[in-house]
Parts: sequence; C-alpha cells; structure tokens
Amino acid sequence: MARTLSAPVTVAFDYTRSTGPVLGRFLTGLRDGKVLGGRTSEGRVVVPPPEFDPVTHAAIDEFVEVAPTGTVTSWTWVPEPVKDQPFDRPFAFALVTLDGADAPLLHALDVTAPDQVSTGMRVRVRWADERVGAITDIACFEPVVGLDGVESDDPGPDRARPQPRNEAATERSRPTDVSGVVTPVSLDYLYAASPEESAFYRGLNEGRILGQRCPSCQKVYVPPRSACPSDGTPTAEEVEVSQTGTITTFCIVNVPFLGQKITPPYVSAYVLLDGADIAVLHLILGVEASEVRMGMRVEAVWKPEEEWQYSLENIDHFEPTGEPDADYESYRHHL
Amino acid sequence: MRDVAVVGFAQRQMEVFDGSPTCVELLVPLFAECYEQTGWTRRDIGFWCSGSSDYLAGRSFSFVSAVDAIGVIPPVNESHVEMDLAWAMYEAWLKIQTGEVDTALVYAFGKASASVLRRSLALQLDPYTMTPLWPDTVSLAGLQARAGIDAGVWDERAMAEVANRSLTDAEKNEYAIRKGGSSVEELLSRPVYADPLRKHDCSPVTDGAAAIVLAAGDQAREVRDRPAWIEGLAHNIDPISIGTRDLTRAPSAARAAAAVDLDGVELAELHAPFSHQELILRRELGLADDVRVNPSGGALTGNPMFSGGGIRIGEAASRIWSGEVGRAVAHATSGPALQQNLVCVLGSTTEGASN
Repeated sequence: MARTLSAPVTVAFDYTRSTGPVLGRFLTGLRDGKVLGGRTSEGRVVVPPPEFDPVTHAAIDEFVEVAPTGTVTSWTWVPEPVKDQPFDRPFAFALVTLDGADAPLLHALDVTAPDQVSTGMRVRVRWADERVGAITDIACFEPVVGLDGVESDDPGPDRARPQPRNEAATERSRPTDVSGVVTPVSLDYLYAASPEESAFYRGLNEGRILGQRCPSCQKVYVPPRSACPSDGTPTAEEVEVSQTGTITTFCIVNVPFLGQKITPPYVSAYVLLDGADIAVLHLILGVEASEVRMGMRVEAVWKPEEEWQYSLENIDHFEPTGEPDADYESYRHHL
Repeated sequence: MRDVAVVGFAQRQMEVFDGSPTCVELLVPLFAECYEQTGWTRRDIGFWCSGSSDYLAGRSFSFVSAVDAIGVIPPVNESHVEMDLAWAMYEAWLKIQTGEVDTALVYAFGKASASVLRRSLALQLDPYTMTPLWPDTVSLAGLQARAGIDAGVWDERAMAEVANRSLTDAEKNEYAIRKGGSSVEELLSRPVYADPLRKHDCSPVTDGAAAIVLAAGDQAREVRDRPAWIEGLAHNIDPISIGTRDLTRAPSAARAAAAVDLDGVELAELHAPFSHQELILRRELGLADDVRVNPSGGALTGNPMFSGGGIRIGEAASRIWSGEVGRAVAHATSGPALQQNLVCVLGSTTEGASN
C-alpha cells in the first residue's frame, strides 16, 4: 500500500486581460498579418513593442512595421515539448531579429532536428490559418530555403506570406482594434494527501470516520491534520469518532448556482461529531429547512457500500436522530 | 541599522515528496531543528514569513495550511511572499530593522514534482507575448547558454567544469539529490539534451523545504558563538522581456552586488540553476579566482523550488558558524534566466554590518 493517497487534478482558468494601447496595436497588427515594433528613445525598433521606453519611461507611441523575415540570434532545442507549446513534437525555440528590428522576438521554429538550425540562419513568419489578435497568430518561424535547397530570401510558398484581407471588400466591416486577450491556462497535477488525510479517506472507504488527536491539547481534528494548528505539535494518535453529532451552525441555501447538485432550499451545516473538536460541513436532509436549528442532533446516512470511494461524499447526508437538542454549553466552544 | 544575524538553518531536499503539497509534514521537523539550534520555542519568534506558491501546490491557500506547522494560539505575527526563501528573509530582515521585532523564523516549501515545473514556470512570463507559447524554463536557459557560447563568453567545457565541481562537492552534502563528479571529459561525452544543454547543466526538479532563523544583536550572540551577521543585503530586477536583455549578462546581479561590500569574501554560494548561470554570476559579482564557489554543490545538485535560493544563505551561514570562513556571500535568483537577483553578505563580526 502506498504511504499516501493521490489523484490527478487539473486546475484551469481562462485569463482575460485588456491589452492597453501598445500591446493592442501590436496584436492588432498580428491579426492583420503585420509585425509591428516600437521605436524607443534610443532609436531602436523593439518587437514586441515595450509599453514604456526603457530609458525615458515615456509611453511608446511610434510604431514601425518590420519584415516577416529575419535572422536567428539564439536557439535551443526542445527535446520533450510540454503541453500547449507550439509543437507537440521536438522543435526549436529561437530568438529571431526581424529585418528592420533591433531586438529579437521569442517564438518557435519549425525544424525537426537540431542540425537544421543554426545561429545566423534566415527564417520567416508562418502565419496561423486563423488570426485572432494573439502572439499565436504567428504559428511559428520556418527556415527560408529556396527551391534549390539553399537559403534564400525569396518569399517562397504562399503559406509563409501574410494573407492580407481583401481591403476593398472589408473596409466597411473592418474589425475594431484588439483590446483584450484570453489566455487559457490549464495545469495538471498529481495531488497527494498527507498521511493523516490518507488515513481519513481510507477510513471513509470502510465506513469509518477517523480523526487525529493532538498530544498537547488533546483536541481531535476531523478531517485530521498533520500538526495541531493551535500549537504546531504533530498529531500522533488516530481516533475513530462517532457518526452522530450536533449541528453547531448552519445556513439555508436558497440561491441557485452553477454546478448545484441539490434543488434549493436545502441546509448546509457544521456537524460536531461526538468525540471530535472540529465540526465538518455537510448536508442536512430528512427535515424541513425551517426546522433545522443549532444544537439539533443528527447522524450520518451513508450511500450504499458499493458506491463508496475515498471521499467524504460516501456520507450522503446527515439527518435528525430525534434525540433532544444538545445543551448549548456542550458546543459553545466549537462555534 | 540594527545588527542582524542568521543563527539557525534547516533544510530538506528530495526528488519526490509523496505527501501533501502544503508540506506541513516537512515543516514540523524543520521548525523543531530550528528550536533545537536556538534553544527557543515558537513563542520566542517575533515574526514569521514564508515563501511558496499555489501554482506549485495545485490548490488554493496552501500557505495558510502550512501555518498549521507553527501553531497559532496565541496568534503569531506572520507574512507570506510568493517568492523564494531568500526574499522571505529579506522581508523579515526589514521587519527586524523597524524595531518591531528582534527575531524571525522564515521558511519556504514547494512540491515541484506535483506538476511539470518547467511548464508551470511559464506563468511567470509576459502573459501577452510569452506565456501563450509556454516557453519552458529549460528552453529559456538554453537560449541564454547559446547566446554566451556564440558570443565566446563561455563554452561547453566551462559549463562542464561547473557541473563537475558541483557534483564532486555535493558528495559531502547529505541533502543533495544529485551527486558524484567524474571528469570534464566524461561529462562532455554525455548526450546533449536541450541543445546546447546537457542534463547535468540543468538543476534537478527538487521537492523540499528550508527554514532560516534571524536574530538581532545580543539575541544572536546568545544563540551562536559566531553568528553569521548580515553585512549587506540587496536585490534588483531586470525587465521581463527576454529580447531586450543581453542574455550573457545579469545587470540586476551586478547592481545588487554594487550595493554591498564584497571585499574579503572567501566563499560564495551562488543560486545558479543552470551551469552557465554560475559563470554569469561570478562575473557580475566580480568574484576573484580564489573565492570558493558553491562548496555545498549548489543548485545543480538540488534546487527545491522556493527554497533553493535561501538554502544558499543557510549554507554560507553554516560555514561562518563553524569558523570555516570569516566572510561569505550568498546569492538567490528568481524569474527567467537570472531576471531577479538577491545578494547577501555574511560575516563573523559586526564591523562590516553597515548596509
């Protein structure tokens, strides 16, 4: 048996960002098949344009279109690409100084072996099939190779050339400038539980609720924690707690929300299990929401055993036991 | 300025930590080591500061969960930075300078193995023009290494010399996760990985945690016969754009070094996650040839995310405590390709503590 339980988890979010005038201009250019640099106070043309001048700190407001062709100034081989990189097979990342620019742009270079790339080689932009106003409108760079196999600055196959829109046809319906980007970010983890949490989930998989007792202050934590948050002492003693407890506080959920599994109104409550010092949050059923109260005695109702897994959801809900309410003094220190 | 010294240090490094990314399990014994070294309890700590990131943990508020390892009744004076331990220490040093507290325990933790570290770190890049391409840490370092090779500033042999010395020194470091030197020729005969980098040019993905204890004046003297006094502490940052920097240099490292006095430094612990970056740092810090570099083996032999920089400070301080050296410099880096750099000068006396 592994020391701890673990499971894959993916954390994903689409970051929405406004671009501001400088990056908006740059990304609008990419959408329109042009690469724009910004001219700094020192007269250098920098791609992508910096928002503010590195010397004077004034906003950059002069833009210069540079060529879609350029020279590799540094490169690295990517033997094992990671998810969402421009290629899912080995490729090169390169710094490319475009003709007309004085500083290099970082992007992918479409080569399939490291011996196909060298510092100083000529490359050109390969545009994405669909351009939306993002750095990925440049699909990648590709080597400039003539028909005879030698490098040449001939524009070459049409796929490598900017595909200008039909200006006459689209003049009236010309899209507005890019003012925002959406960057999806998705990170994959193997999430492990602590040894104490692992014992807790293994217990749930056997129909038991396990906590840990702090050897210093004797408090029993459910779910268990590796150290007592009050005094920092590592918890050492595993304790099985009762499946019956007392509602210490609760709220009636009336508002629908995305992903809601139960039709409102329903009650979420903190249940202080007998033998525990920390309440667990769970669902209360088997009673009208308006009848739920602090001090109400409730017990765990488990799902059928064949549905059990390493989850607190093995307990379907809590419902009233019918016992008299607990005395306030018995839970006032656990609110 | 108040005289402040490093008086405690504890660390853990491992290839894969199979526990929770909140790392409470790692931090409890680290704190216990710090209490043992100082003779203090948690109630003697005036200020706590941690370094970590939820992007590494894959969950929210991991640093709040980590506070369990302290014990917070009665409440503690606590802060957090989403940066390396070295910057958490900087905040604590400032806090002590304000006079509000006299002691601090700073710690950092990270479970880099929970996700693909070199990919996750693309989130620290420019979100408009870089992150959508997911440039990984190794690739950015490769671009930097190539720039130096092409410019004739260093070569693959010089990089291999760094790796071989690091792997050899790491044999004496019980915490290093990669160790065993051979020869420059042998290292150069190994296959190129992310051309121009070989695997030994790249620090290993490392899980771990570390803690440092600071104390002011007499409280430091009570803990150690030879406290490692912080004589100078400075950090600077370069622009995020890779294209507008001369990648063969680290101006922010030079600037931080210029803000402190490096005269008479006998030892340097440099946070260089890639072999060529040690060559850049030695130049930017202006280290003489007789300065001993990374006797711990350095980041190439173990580089836990969020504590790899601070461990350099702890390693340097340990050698002041032991009497091995009288003056040392420790360095920490953050961001892509040595973007941000912190320099900390440690000495066995308070005479130089004028920063």
